[in-house]
Amino acid sequence: MPRISVKVDGVTYSDDVEPRTLLVHYLRETLGKVGTVIGCDTSNCGACTVHLDGRSVKSCNVLAVQADGREVTTIEGLATNGRLHPMQQAFHDCHALQCGFCTPGMIMQAVDLVTENPNASEAEIREGMEGNLCRCTGYHNIVKAVQQGASATASAAGGEQS
Amino acid sequence: MIPTAFDYVAPTSLEDALSALAEAGDDAKVLGGGQSLLPVLRLRLNAPEKIVDLSRIDSLRGISDDGDTIVIGAMTTHDEVARSELVREHAAVLAEAASTVADPQIRHRGTLGGALVHADPAGDLGAPVLALDAELVVVGAGGERRIPAGEFFQDLFETAVGEGELLTAIRIPKHTGWGGAYEKFVRVSHQWSIVAVAAVTRDGEAKVALTNMGSTPLRASAVESAIADGASVKDAAAKAAEGTNPPSDLNGDSDYRAHLATVLTRRALARAMGG
Amino acid sequence: MTVSPDAVEDLIEERKDVDTSDNEREIGKARTRKEDERLITGRTKWTDNIQLPGMVHLVMVRSPFAHATITNIDTSEAKTAPGVYAVLTGQDVADQQGSLPTAWPITPDQKAPPHPAIAVDRVAFSGEVVAVVAARTLAEARDAAELVDVDYDELPAALDLKEAADDTVLAHPDLGTNKSAFWQFDSATAETGGSVDEAIEAARADGIVIEREYRQQRLIPAFMEPRSTVVDPTGEQFVMWSATQVPHILRLMLSLTLGVPESKVRVIAPDVGGGFGGKLQVTPEEIITFLVARHLRKPAKWTETRSESLMAAHHGRDQWQRLTLAADKDGKVTALKVDLLADMGAYLGLVTPGVPILGAFMFNAIYKFPAYQFNCTNIFTNKTWTDAYRGAGRPEATYAIERLMDELAVEVGVDPLEIREMNWIKHEEFPFTSVCGLEYDSGNYEAATERAKELFDYDALRAEQKQRRESGDPVQLGLGVSTFTEMCGLAPSRVLGSLSYGAGGWEHASIRMLPTGKVEVVTGSSAHGQGHETAWSQIVADRLGVAFEDVEVLHGDTQISHKGLDTYGSRSLVVGGEAVIQAANKVIEKARPIAAHLLEASADDLEFQAGRFTVKGTDQGMALGEIALATFAAHNLPDGVEPSLDSDATFDPVNFSFPHGTHLCAVEVDTETGMTKVRSYVSVDDIGNIVNPLIVEGQIHGGIVQGIAQALWEEAVYDDQGTLVSGSFVDYTLPTSADTISFVTDNTVSPSTTNSLGAKGVGEAGCIASTPAVVNAVVDAVRHLGINDIRMPCTPERVWKAIQSAGYHSGETTAEAQEHFVEGEANQDQVGNDPSAAVTGEQS
Ligand SMILES: Cc1cc2nc3c(=O)[nH]c(=O)nc-3n(C[C@H](O)[C@H](O)[C@H](O)COP(=O)(O)OP(=O)(O)OC[C@H]3O[C@@H](n4cnc5c(N)ncnc54)[C@H](O)[C@@H]3O)c2cc1C
Ligand code: FES
Ligand code: FES
Repeated sequence: MPRISVKVDGVTYSDDVEPRTLLVHYLRETLGKVGTVIGCDTSNCGACTVHLDGRSVKSCNVLAVQADGREVTTIEGLATNGRLHPMQQAFHDCHALQCGFCTPGMIMQAVDLVTENPNASEAEIREGMEGNLCRCTGYHNIVKAVQQGASATASAAGGEQS
Repeated sequence: MIPTAFDYVAPTSLEDALSALAEAGDDAKVLGGGQSLLPVLRLRLNAPEKIVDLSRIDSLRGISDDGDTIVIGAMTTHDEVARSELVREHAAVLAEAASTVADPQIRHRGTLGGALVHADPAGDLGAPVLALDAELVVVGAGGERRIPAGEFFQDLFETAVGEGELLTAIRIPKHTGWGGAYEKFVRVSHQWSIVAVAAVTRDGEAKVALTNMGSTPLRASAVESAIADGASVKDAAAKAAEGTNPPSDLNGDSDYRAHLATVLTRRALARAMGG
Repeated sequence: MTVSPDAVEDLIEERKDVDTSDNEREIGKARTRKEDERLITGRTKWTDNIQLPGMVHLVMVRSPFAHATITNIDTSEAKTAPGVYAVLTGQDVADQQGSLPTAWPITPDQKAPPHPAIAVDRVAFSGEVVAVVAARTLAEARDAAELVDVDYDELPAALDLKEAADDTVLAHPDLGTNKSAFWQFDSATAETGGSVDEAIEAARADGIVIEREYRQQRLIPAFMEPRSTVVDPTGEQFVMWSATQVPHILRLMLSLTLGVPESKVRVIAPDVGGGFGGKLQVTPEEIITFLVARHLRKPAKWTETRSESLMAAHHGRDQWQRLTLAADKDGKVTALKVDLLADMGAYLGLVTPGVPILGAFMFNAIYKFPAYQFNCTNIFTNKTWTDAYRGAGRPEATYAIERLMDELAVEVGVDPLEIREMNWIKHEEFPFTSVCGLEYDSGNYEAATERAKELFDYDALRAEQKQRRESGDPVQLGLGVSTFTEMCGLAPSRVLGSLSYGAGGWEHASIRMLPTGKVEVVTGSSAHGQGHETAWSQIVADRLGVAFEDVEVLHGDTQISHKGLDTYGSRSLVVGGEAVIQAANKVIEKARPIAAHLLEASADDLEFQAGRFTVKGTDQGMALGEIALATFAAHNLPDGVEPSLDSDATFDPVNFSFPHGTHLCAVEVDTETGMTKVRSYVSVDDIGNIVNPLIVEGQIHGGIVQGIAQALWEEAVYDDQGTLVSGSFVDYTLPTSADTISFVTDNTVSPSTTNSLGAKGVGEAGCIASTPAVVNAVVDAVRHLGINDIRMPCTPERVWKAIQSAGYHSGETTAEAQEHFVEGEANQDQVGNDPSAAVTGEQS
């Protein structure tokens, strides 16, 4: 079994994995990062979205061995120093979740989206979230949350710089 | 959800990749971005014994300017293609098509080379590559071959890439100043194309290719010659389905697809010509 | 730490200064949810997260055939594969597995085949379990499952619902028929109205008769969390964690099905990722996981893949509806006759046979129909079994009548809203007894409709529609109306009894007053996204005058919440919430004599307000928290009073509640491609008093999209071999954010008279209302081309073909028209870009 070394949510792990192990299974089963969930087997739902070297990916569609030497951020690593990420806060404020199963993936994709495009229009947000399915919310409040999260993220980043 | 067991190598050079492939013969499978291969493996529709991952070969990635051609490494992602200034300027239809593939997460991983070799007739990148008269660079034990896009796609999921060979780059003649448009028709967003049309135009000239109107991407030559003969966009577009053999499935039967092809061709041409 | 009696007295003393006056205004507040914090940070408890020492993983082997006899199963190779503990077939567990339960025999002579968890000698749908593999890891179980070798002899399969009704091919040869049951309601027989046949005859002679056949396509609930079950057989009890909506029902049914004493089973529904009726079930896989764990004496886990879920978790809807509506020449309805064929699929689930019956009382909707008849035949086919899916019966009914009312409007030549107004119950006529004999508690259809029209800008859109028709725009505008009602709050136990349902409809709640002033609320309603923790906290904070933050809501574990009937049918708030209030009232009444004793006053002189007992006319008083602590200490209680404020209540509603609303939808139909885009959508719902507007709005949004999805996108399709073609999310096309729009929602309020909250239930409203609103809009967009129906889902292909067969061929899209289409899209963005415009409902 190949040995991989991956930094996940700030901690470096070194493990032997079967090459067929999917990144999402490695996160959930080996590392106990069960915040990231699995909603489908065709990579359509986006529930498993994490960041791999800073970009959003569907962790059911990446092998754990492919993450060797790379950095992964999951929903569990998003809050820093006990403070919610502005996007997490926005999802809460806007009631953008009901059962919450799609939420980790939604938030991770939303963070990627606003990093790329801090001034995304509603249409751009809707397009940018198209790889994440939600059965509960009808997306209305998710879109609102991403809008709020975008401006909050931007001002938080601005605040850090100054 | 779990593939059958396989061995895995991630060579860092093309030579190593080719020798790994040669060694394993037909039990090996090349892993590009994995966005089509991994779903196939997870559903156990295929069970290779060895996976040769190209993601650590730097030379296969990136977009460069080579005089009157742009060269896109096979491992360049859809996202990179869609955002590339070079591609937008000289092959706009490809950038647009790449931005319609799947969703952002998949575009961050999936590659142009992988999509072309996968050769799903509903895939969005074959048609623009075909319309742009691209050449595909294939490397194997016997050296390098350059294959015109028109000869690359052979059938459903079948291309000119042979066993032990790799697609390394896509060479696209610059279409600077040409208009381009990709009209993709889906029922719900992030779906594969039901039908799509890539159009590249300049004065009195049009190159048009169709997605999902047969087992491979197809050039709509009847449309192209009609335009060359001075026909109106509407009259030319009406010929879009000539010589095609579109599939029938949940999203539409072949008659409907044939009709869609004409509407989308008209819209693509109009948009490409409009600027 | 030691606690001296003095310390307790001190604490009691301290409590005196707590200001509780604010706590009473909780109900109605748009509180953000308590349960979010865990969910947005990934600290979740999904069943699939559970790992137990020695736990084995299960993979099911499923039939690829719709109907076949199993001639042989060879498990020898699988059994010796690495890591495999056991491979069990139906034969192996035939004497233990019992038959899966149905709680609703709608008629005494209802026919049903035995329903084994693992098929023993015959499979009746593709996806049915034929064997289970238990192994150390999931990967090993998956590998070994491929080695199970099953031989089948294929049998002819009954697939098409109408053909199955003819009994030419039998889904279950032993039953001798595909008809499970026939159920009728007739207003003349029930003496709640006149004779439909007479009214229809009269209308044929001098009036209007509209006859239509509508199809409710088969749908898949498609909750986002795949089903998952863990059973731990170590310890005194079997503990089952399951992604279920119904832990209490599941526990009872497990016990009845497997003959395990109920007291030996504990069921826990941890975080549950959506249900929509799809997890209102006792599933084969739950039984199998239990059997394997018991067999191996090891914890066992099964989690389905999405493909399994789509194939084998129960489906919904699937009916043919034949409808006859009679009206006088002016459009006043005189009778409605409904003939349904309902597809049960291969087996009867928990409430499968009753689903169409739940719709029986809703076809008359908000209207005053003098005569009504409902006939339903339940039919078996060799497809996945159907059962409850969001709305269960009521969306089907609402769809049919709301489509028909549009047809009637066309026939009479008036606006669809006008025909509805002509027929609906006026607000001064409530309470109103419907032609089904149900008493509608309250409502104001006029007010909701008026508000909806205003928000929608109805008249301007009609003008635009006219202009587009006249100019022959390839993109046509259609407006759709749906004025719906539903019966919520399932259900008065007596009513359920009269419909032969196997259980009651009450709900249970307990309140525990902790010595530190905190309050635990135990509820029998088990939430999976509805926000019960938040809403129940608001109710209790309000009633007991304690702080919202001090209330903890416990649910979903039969050991903690020992009694309950769970969450479905929009019943939680109106039944479960009412039980919570009644328990709270009991707490107050138990505290009263203690307060009187401590305040040295007469109990009759005490007032309870804002969490305090005060002696009337004085400023002397005590907060409930103080009394809780004093009761805990029990140093100074009146004689004979038990030292506890804890209280239980079980509430059985006396009636349903009847929320209603007016939904308006504008769609743009591209006549060249057949593509429909929803352009704007307004809903004004009257769900009585609202506990939490934020949660209510969320329920409405989600419901609207599920309903639109039925109208436009979703369908479970089988091929002629009985294989599910739409067997993954590639082909079962759920809408994404990019396919939907932002909605305008608002409320009118007619408090319910059937519960003290005045609440009515909202879980299913959006989904019931939106399907007909959208289809009415699509048909409205193309009606001038000669089209009066399009089958759901209204796919671009279907719309285009309808246009073709109506003989209309759109002209070329002119440059302006093309632009117009783009403009239409831009409009949609504008609505959304200005959040205040998109959600005006929130402010009001
Ligand atoms: C949910 C979902 C939706 C999608 N929607 C779309 C869509 O709308 N439109 C669309 O076009 N595509 C879509 N795709 C597919 C996506 O575009 C894939 O990225 C692409 O088809 C494959 O690229 P890849 O790099 O991931 O290739 P891989 O999955 O790694 O490989 C695909 C095939 O190509 C071979 N291969 C890969 N690279 C090379 C190479 N350099 N040389 C030789 N052989 C190679 C592999 O052996 C394999 O057979 C979707 C995928 C998913 C999961
Ligand atoms: S689990 Fe990865 S996309 Fe669905
Ligand atoms: S909140 Fe339940 S799936 Fe999105």
